[in-house]
Amino acid sequence: MQAAPSHLLTLSGVDLAIIILYFLAVLGIGFYLKNYTKTGEDFFLAGREMTAWVAGLSFLAANLGSLELMGWAGNAYQYGILAAHWYWIGAIPAMVFLAIVMIPFYYISKTHSVPGYLKLRYGEPARALSAISFGLMTVLMSGINMYAMAVVLKVVLGWDIYFSIWVSSITVALYVTLGGLLSAIFNEVLQFVLIWLGALLISIIGLIEAGGWNGMVARIHANFPAQNFTHAWSTLGSFQDNPMGINWVGIVFGLGAVISMGYWTTDFLVVQRVIAAKDLRAAKLAPLIGAAFKMCVPFIVILPGLLGLAMLDTPGHHFLVGGEAAADALSHGQVLHTYDEVLPIMLARYCGPGLMGLGITALIAGFMSGMAGNVSAFATVWTYDIYRAMFRKNATDAHYVSMGRWCTIGGVLVSIGTAYLALHAHSIMDYVQELFSFFIAPLFGTVLLGMLWKRATSAGGFWGLLAGTSSAIGMWAWVKTTPLAVQYIALSPAAKPMAENMFRALWSALICVTVTVVVSLATRPKTEAELAGLVYGCTEIPSEGHLPLWQRPIFWAGVVSAAFVVIQIIFW
Amino acid sequence: MHRPGMLSIWFFIGVLLLAYGILILGAGIYEYISPPEHPLVLAELHAGIWWGGLLIAMGLFYSVKFRPGRNN
Repeated sequence: MQAAPSHLLTLSGVDLAIIILYFLAVLGIGFYLKNYTKTGEDFFLAGREMTAWVAGLSFLAANLGSLELMGWAGNAYQYGILAAHWYWIGAIPAMVFLAIVMIPFYYISKTHSVPGYLKLRYGEPARALSAISFGLMTVLMSGINMYAMAVVLKVVLGWDIYFSIWVSSITVALYVTLGGLLSAIFNEVLQFVLIWLGALLISIIGLIEAGGWNGMVARIHANFPAQNFTHAWSTLGSFQDNPMGINWVGIVFGLGAVISMGYWTTDFLVVQRVIAAKDLRAAKLAPLIGAAFKMCVPFIVILPGLLGLAMLDTPGHHFLVGGEAAADALSHGQVLHTYDEVLPIMLARYCGPGLMGLGITALIAGFMSGMAGNVSAFATVWTYDIYRAMFRKNATDAHYVSMGRWCTIGGVLVSIGTAYLALHAHSIMDYVQELFSFFIAPLFGTVLLGMLWKRATSAGGFWGLLAGTSSAIGMWAWVKTTPLAVQYIALSPAAKPMAENMFRALWSALICVTVTVVVSLATRPKTEAELAGLVYGCTEIPSEGHLPLWQRPIFWAGVVSAAFVVIQIIFW
Repeated sequence: MHRPGMLSIWFFIGVLLLAYGILILGAGIYEYISPPEHPLVLAELHAGIWWGGLLIAMGLFYSVKFRPGRNN
């Protein structure tokens, strides 16, 4: 990894005090909660007693990790408001679907994990396949997130990469090992608040400088009259009309119907927060609370990218460049900043001592919440779905808690190893994200059929999941070895990598569903008694008819859906 | 969540925001009294002062409303 010889920001004593206070707070919470984490239910499921608000904010914060803040701000600078689709159609319909359709089955079945649900519905082979894949991907993603954070702190603050990796990972390992999911969730809520308070000011002051939304749009159009950065849907008629090289089919069906549905409804990293809720109504409300805030996240992530286009750029000229261009320039002794640095650059533009520290704390909090989410989900799946299922079925609860603690430390150490690997293999980040995306797309097909179709059989579930995952890997390898194959996968030779990801996910989910249906029809189904609590039509879902309208999840699902539609029309 | 004797997460958040508010407000007042040689864009808004004040208000609200011993 090449790094710029100079860093973007310099911290004052107040800024450092704010960052140190943050680390002390998250560690203090971990130590405090250790006394409340005695049983497996406490450690792996936070005692199943989270309120809807805590579960909902934690559900969202766990996803704010990775390169979420800086990466999507950079994407907004590069692609314009199209990047907001990952917060709107790429999240909201899936969260509403999770809340209303899928949560009852996760919650009523009393499963401790998504692979655990597959065990109940399809049997051990499907659970084993998904648990092993999830465990591998989660640890790998955790390491990549850690590496990404260290690179950010190196570029932005000039901090040593190894120092950042070890300090952040030891902190996360400590508080998750001490308090398990309870500690992870508490800290995620804290991190969620800090992310908002640290990043919000950039958008507020930026809009004041730009002369409001209309002023910002006018400046962007003046800088780039031939391109459209400020409309979310009107440029999606064809691949050539927008800077992302994607069309509406890829966005609606690839992103909205498959990738987003797969991620938000079957990725245990986020689902774990919801099934920790205290009752079914809280579990259904949690994703809806998350969805309401998710719709607003573009205000602190996408808007700074757009403000960069308006305030940093000059007519026809981008101030920031892509990673390859920056690396080329660096080899000639010239330092150029990349798209991903737009957020810290805007932070340095508006925030003085104290506010700068809060903004950097927001970035660190984002990375740590994502990493803690990965590690706590990994500990649960490893302990319950791999260790207990395959190696030691009848140990005591205390033994499994101890295993959860040790595997949290082990998971962090493996993540550090992954981060070191990433130091020497720059492109691994892209590969891992691709691997991750083609694992969850077919899983969505398997889980959805399992919940909604009584006829789906154990063999159908296993072979469908295997076929979907294998076909996704096959399509990825085909395009890697034969680049022209992208015209068959993404239906256009003009499709860019983002479009390829969307279409590959779509095909792999369809293959998974097709194989599951065909194999199921050829094999013997389970009886209705065996499917009680697992499948629609065989499960008694408690009525909410006695509650006032405003207390019913379905009412808030309608409100969130209506707000989502209105936002799409406003930014059409 | 309500476990006997357990502090609410909102209390932790309140205390941290209160501490942050005091630090940021202090830094903002210091910058107001002795402006830096190279001021930031829109430094005349004195964002540190009002953002620090907002954090103090939020911090006070949460740390008092969810203080130990109070039944929520």
